Amino acid sequence: MGQRLRNTPPRYWLVLVAVLFFIGLPTVIDSFQSGEWAQALILAIAIMGLNVLVGYSGQLSLGHGAFMALGAYISAILAHRYKVDYLLTIPIAGLATGVIGFLFGVPALRLSALYLALATFALAVVTPSLIKRPAELTGGVQGISLTPPVPPQFAQDAFGAIAGTPMTSDQWVYYVTLAWALLLFWVAWNLVRHRSGRAMRAIRDGEVAAAASGINIAGYKTLAFGISALYAGVAGSLFGLATSFVSPDTFPVSLSIQLLVGAVIGGLASIPGPLVGGIFAFFLPIESNQWVPTQTWIPAQIASTVEKAGPAVTYGVVLILTMIFAPNGVVGLVVTAYTRLRRRLRGVPERETGQMPPGPQTV
Amino acid sequence: MQELLQQVISGIASGGIYASLALALVLIYNAMGLVNFAQGEMAMLATFGAYTLISHGVSYWIALPVTLVLAFAGGIAIQRIVIRPVERAPLLALVIITLGLATLVNGLAGAIFGYVPRSFPSPFSAQTVDILGAFVSYRDLGVIGVSGGVLVAIYLLLQRTTIGLTLRAAAHHPEASRLLGVHVSWMLALGWGLASAVGAVSGIMVAPIILLEPNMMQTIIIYAFAAAVLGGIESPLGAVIGGLIVGVTVNLAGAYLPFVGGDLQLAVALAIIIGVLVLKPNGLLGRPTVRRV
Repeated sequence: MGQRLRNTPPRYWLVLVAVLFFIGLPTVIDSFQSGEWAQALILAIAIMGLNVLVGYSGQLSLGHGAFMALGAYISAILAHRYKVDYLLTIPIAGLATGVIGFLFGVPALRLSALYLALATFALAVVTPSLIKRPAELTGGVQGISLTPPVPPQFAQDAFGAIAGTPMTSDQWVYYVTLAWALLLFWVAWNLVRHRSGRAMRAIRDGEVAAAASGINIAGYKTLAFGISALYAGVAGSLFGLATSFVSPDTFPVSLSIQLLVGAVIGGLASIPGPLVGGIFAFFLPIESNQWVPTQTWIPAQIASTVEKAGPAVTYGVVLILTMIFAPNGVVGLVVTAYTRLRRRLRGVPERETGQMPPGPQTV
Repeated sequence: MQELLQQVISGIASGGIYASLALALVLIYNAMGLVNFAQGEMAMLATFGAYTLISHGVSYWIALPVTLVLAFAGGIAIQRIVIRPVERAPLLALVIITLGLATLVNGLAGAIFGYVPRSFPSPFSAQTVDILGAFVSYRDLGVIGVSGGVLVAIYLLLQRTTIGLTLRAAAHHPEASRLLGVHVSWMLALGWGLASAVGAVSGIMVAPIILLEPNMMQTIIIYAFAAAVLGGIESPLGAVIGGLIVGVTVNLAGAYLPFVGGDLQLAVALAIIIGVLVLKPNGLLGRPTVRRV
């Protein structure tokens, strides 16, 4: 037992620490901040989906905000018009979005990455006007207002016992989101380490070579699109739950850009990347808007310009600088730094690549 | 019948605008196999430049060429500063960088000029003239004339001058061109400059119609995408034909299909993009691509 614990790779300890951190978080921050973290986790889920598509299968989607919109509206319409329990609508929205994404992927797989980027970008731009059209179903420009969820009794009891304060709606949403995030990250982790993940990476690294090795290119590309849309659908559905409101303007092009920023800054083709990316993409504009005006060394004119420009400038700069200087994102930087440090300290070579880590598979 | 003719002519006017922007996309695609997602935003910024000049009392016909020169220089600067360091990066990274550029330029314009839509002067009057019974505005005719002039100028530059020949050579066979003494990297920069100037024309032409604001090119770039894809993304002539077809189709769909109306015209462009990519991915004038191992 002790031997086994010592042999556990550090990444498993990191996962454990991260999970405990996220479970405990709402007991130390206030309800409003819990709501913010819930939204960061929601972004992380959607970014994980984008990561499966961009990072692992090498296809670029600039329209994942559209799939989030689809998931959110499926849930909102089911809950609002047909009085379905919202928590039940989340998996329905995810699966339905996944199926639609799969169907969208059928023509998409014929396209080169560039054309796919172009078509999905157009989809993202058109989405708000497409939502407005069936006004009797979607509520048109006004959107659909939802009642904030009430935490169930067992959750209230448990939370009250630990935190000492009654559980708010935001905190309940946070835990629902966290549960979905854990489930979907675990699924993604297993997916990319096994047969289908290897197939996707092979396609990404050389389509012709992959086809020659007997990989069903069309099948795996569409599959990646479907899975990726499923993640976005669940994220969109949770987004509706978190904000109690969906409208066409909730899903502008900039949402799709925000997802891409998160995927890129966290690190493509990595499992912790989307989590880091989601937190960055959500908090970066908020924090930079608060931080810049307090810095006296930044000329007032530039500071006020940055403030007025909102997240767009920050996102643009981050996208460009990350792609130029750190194409593997924050996680890539940390891993490289850790590897170098380890080598220098112990003089041991890193574990050979290709060797799968042994040990538990639960998160 | 007159109404139809009227709709077609105003569709051709919009089509000329889309064609200019699509041509800009094609120029950069030909130079480096990349779709520049920032093309529209660069055009928007150039239009704000023209606006600033005009609002300081510069005459329109002086502001226009000055803006085009500035846009040309700006395009070269962007290529040198942002694109050149990553010239050899994978396509995915390049696309993401142009998208970052688009976001950055959009945000900067918003911060500097604000998001309040401004009216942009047009040198052509809004009065109409009777052509075969259809009432066509001088403004539409002016847009058609200016876009047509730009397209012809670019065609002559590419096909009839040494610099155009060098540009095309550098784009198609960089290694061979380098051996023959062509500065390939600077030719790429020149391509970016040209594209930026051509795109700026579309911005300046469209601004009087849809009002000037940082997000004004967001829909225009989608029409330009549709035009470029329809014409075949590597064909300059295709971009022009594609632009005209998209302009007329979208205009007619908006006028005669009650389901489409004014607010789903953009969805028509999306349908064109997806339809072409699925049915005829190389567009009308593009050549089929051969994949090499």
